[in-house]
Amino acid sequence: MRSTPFLAALLLLGSYAGSATAATPQDTVKLHQRALAATCANCHGTEGRTTEGSAIPSLAGMPREYMVAQMKAFREGTRPATVMHQLTKGLTDQQIETVSTYFSTLKR
Amino acid sequence: MKRRSFVQASLALGTVGSLSMVGCATTAPLPSKAKVVVIGGGYGGATAAKYVRMLSNYQIDVVLVEPNDSFISCPISNLVIGGSKTMGDITTPYDNLKSKHGVIHARDRVTEIDRGKKTVTLAGGVTLGYDKLIVSPGVDMMWGSIEGLKDASASGQILQAWKAGPETAALRRQLEAMPDGGVYAIAVPLAPYRCPPGPYERASQVASYFKKAKPKSKVLILDANPDVTSKGPLFKKFWAENYAGMLEFRGNHKAIAVDAKTKTVKFETSDDVKADVLNVLPNMSAGLIAMQSGLANANGRWCNVNYQTFESTAAKDVHVIGDSVLAAPLMPKSGHMANSHGKVVAAAVVAQLSGMEVNPQPLLTNTCYSFVNDKLVVHVASVHQYVAEEKTFKTVAGSGGVSSAPNELEGIYAMNWAQNIWADTLL
Repeated sequence: MRSTPFLAALLLLGSYAGSATAATPQDTVKLHQRALAATCANCHGTEGRTTEGSAIPSLAGMPREYMVAQMKAFREGTRPATVMHQLTKGLTDQQIETVSTYFSTLKR
Repeated sequence: MKRRSFVQASLALGTVGSLSMVGCATTAPLPSKAKVVVIGGGYGGATAAKYVRMLSNYQIDVVLVEPNDSFISCPISNLVIGGSKTMGDITTPYDNLKSKHGVIHARDRVTEIDRGKKTVTLAGGVTLGYDKLIVSPGVDMMWGSIEGLKDASASGQILQAWKAGPETAALRRQLEAMPDGGVYAIAVPLAPYRCPPGPYERASQVASYFKKAKPKSKVLILDANPDVTSKGPLFKKFWAENYAGMLEFRGNHKAIAVDAKTKTVKFETSDDVKADVLNVLPNMSAGLIAMQSGLANANGRWCNVNYQTFESTAAKDVHVIGDSVLAAPLMPKSGHMANSHGKVVAAAVVAQLSGMEVNPQPLLTNTCYSFVNDKLVVHVASVHQYVAEEKTFKTVAGSGGVSSAPNELEGIYAMNWAQNIWADTLL
């Protein structure tokens, strides 16, 4: 599971090593998306995967619509929380959708 | 879990090790140049090093300059002082940054930054070039702010234990050796300092220990600030209900001198205080290398940065993160915040080195848990959005807040937070 980045890295090494300026607009969007999702990683683990036995849930592979709904429920107070109701109030709808979309594309 | 990590590490060594010097950085010679050099392997620097690798899809080479072979966490270290956790519980080796992420770990210190040549010189004599330098040196103690403290600290008589490590264990030993009926006093400097609620959590941990093991003893908080700096109402309510007669808070107590022989602290305007175990924190500044390199251009004490990229306003292609940064409004000097800085700077540096647009709207979060005894916890949380028009981070209106009361559920979350942020920073 965690060796995926290495496989990706090996493939990439062959394709665009040394051509760092050849970034596409999609690369930029992806970078900003990953950077935003990384703000969740402090508690929910790198790429949304928590350590074993964690009571804080992993986000990787969570269905997009479910995660959007939970985040909004925290924000509106309909789902009780210790911290998430305070953090979600700092996020726009678009930020919630961006991180939810990103985590839904990752393998558990 | 341990077995799987081992297998993963072996796999990683097998696949990547042959392509570079990953996995043997301590013995292999350092390259003469790296695209990114990171100074300091704390919450900020280690996170930045790992995320530059990850966000560049492992295309950008990173050297992390950090003298220690393991990371020792400040968060949770107060529980070692209180006796409910051990040094082993808060220690994580740096090996995974090498084996899993291909970060080259130079076990050394930077003694000089040459911004013109874009090189750093290590104490061992090696010179290392960079395209981008990320400086994350934490805080330095301003010994001059309290007369006699530097010598008293060097001799081990009056400790700070404000950088987790041998002093953490030493302070614990002092408390264990103290007879019942003794006094522990912590002197708190004027804000800003590293970890605003840290002194109050520590006092709570010591009181929790005394209550069980040395019930006739006392805890004194001698605070240069007028009142408890962080989570004040929560701490004070818990102290009143649980440590009454044992823990005392005294505001407006600005320490100006110590006498190690008589174990006395002198204050600007109040009477001297004697204690059996003294834990005196001086004023703090940006870390030493930032101070020596002209990066601390805010009152000669903290580092001004362009918050969108954390690039120093004093030096091009030099980025400063973590506690050394002149904080934006309501931005705490915390491990969680430094980890957040690490990700924003990593994304910015990857964008700049790859010809991409830098994220116009970076976001930072902070969640800080404090243990009021060995099980109950209170938190403070905040969300900080970069506001381009004002060129700073501002907390989002209506977001953030504190716990309603100390509770055990957050005690569980706090330990899970620690495990996950250690993994996010180092694994």
